Amino acid sequence: MKYGILVNEGPYTHQASDSALAFTKAALEKGHEIFRVFFYHDGVNNGTSLAIPPQDDRHIPNQWSELAKEYNIDLVLCVAAAQRRGLLDESEAKRNSKAASNMIEGFRISGLGQLIEAGIQGDRMVVFGD
Amino acid sequence: MSMLHTVNKSPFERNTLESCISLAVPGSAILLIEDGVIGAMANTKHSEMVKAAMANVKIYVLGPDLKARGLNEGNVVDGISVVGYGEFVDLTTEHSAVQSWL
Amino acid sequence: MEDGDQVIKKFMYMNRKAPYGTIYAWESLEVVLIAAAFDQDISLVFADDGVYQLMKDQNTEEVGMKNFSKTYSALGDYDIKKIYIEQESLEERGLSLEDLQGLKYEDEDDDWAEKDSIILVSRAELAKVIDEQDVVFSF
Repeated sequence: MKYGILVNEGPYTHQASDSALAFTKAALEKGHEIFRVFFYHDGVNNGTSLAIPPQDDRHIPNQWSELAKEYNIDLVLCVAAAQRRGLLDESEAKRNSKAASNMIEGFRISGLGQLIEAGIQGDRMVVFGD
Repeated sequence: MSMLHTVNKSPFERNTLESCISLAVPGSAILLIEDGVIGAMANTKHSEMVKAAMANVKIYVLGPDLKARGLNEGNVVDGISVVGYGEFVDLTTEHSAVQSWL
Repeated sequence: MEDGDQVIKKFMYMNRKAPYGTIYAWESLEVVLIAAAFDQDISLVFADDGVYQLMKDQNTEEVGMKNFSKTYSALGDYDIKKIYIEQESLEERGLSLEDLQGLKYEDEDDDWAEKDSIILVSRAELAKVIDEQDVVFSF
């Protein structure tokens, strides 16, 4: 089956990102396809390149990034939600005259239409949030 | 095929489980995850509500979330099935759609 | 469901949270406005504290937040005309439809007559509507 996944919360405060990661990995292990993981609300913070969790803790943004690399998954941060919360890729940073970008490899920034498309194209949409 | 509902909050904290139970049609399933697993425990204030719901809907609880919280699988309400992440995925394929009660 | 080669799915947006305390209500509305461009079968549900999103006379001046409640009245222009409100949620909160803003759309199949978008449903009726959906978004 083809899955769309929506993550509404950032890493660490809520379990949503951990649950979404575990679900995504389990779906991939069963041979399902992840059409897209869309990050909305504070969920865009999953895409930060600046997180430095303690060494004995999991590194959630890295886990997404590695998953994207290994399985070629489309990880999309909502542009409006990301701009509100200060998550920028290089072109957004440049376009808005910001000194730096802070999006980790494996993610991309795009519009909310990408979430709706995941709902249309996917066989199932699974939402993780607060 | 009916719907799979997921509930991720304790019934002591929010009314999510209660709302979900009242809106889940007979034949659908409810999977308790994250803090929602507290709703699966026997001998709580909310156990009777959960037992009554099981006349109409099948209830599952995510084992990894029980274990993380030190909750014993043996103490869940009779008839609730303990599942892992792989079975969570299977449940989403066996039902027509997934509603996450946030 | 197929309409030509275009897939039409039933999308439901479930709103169960009051506005302002968290951003969910506002960012959910933003999704709905984008979703309207995709020609899918869209329903909105307001249940539990979600019914407070539609309260009349919201005034956010003193809290310094954007009052987005007026945006709901534009939903009709976006061809979103199925807005379900759960009756029990209103009653439990001592509210009635009179306390909420009215929402209308113009029916193109009926000489653009103005019609109510709000559909007051019982919990049992809402349960059936939910079960028919292909995609349920909750925030």
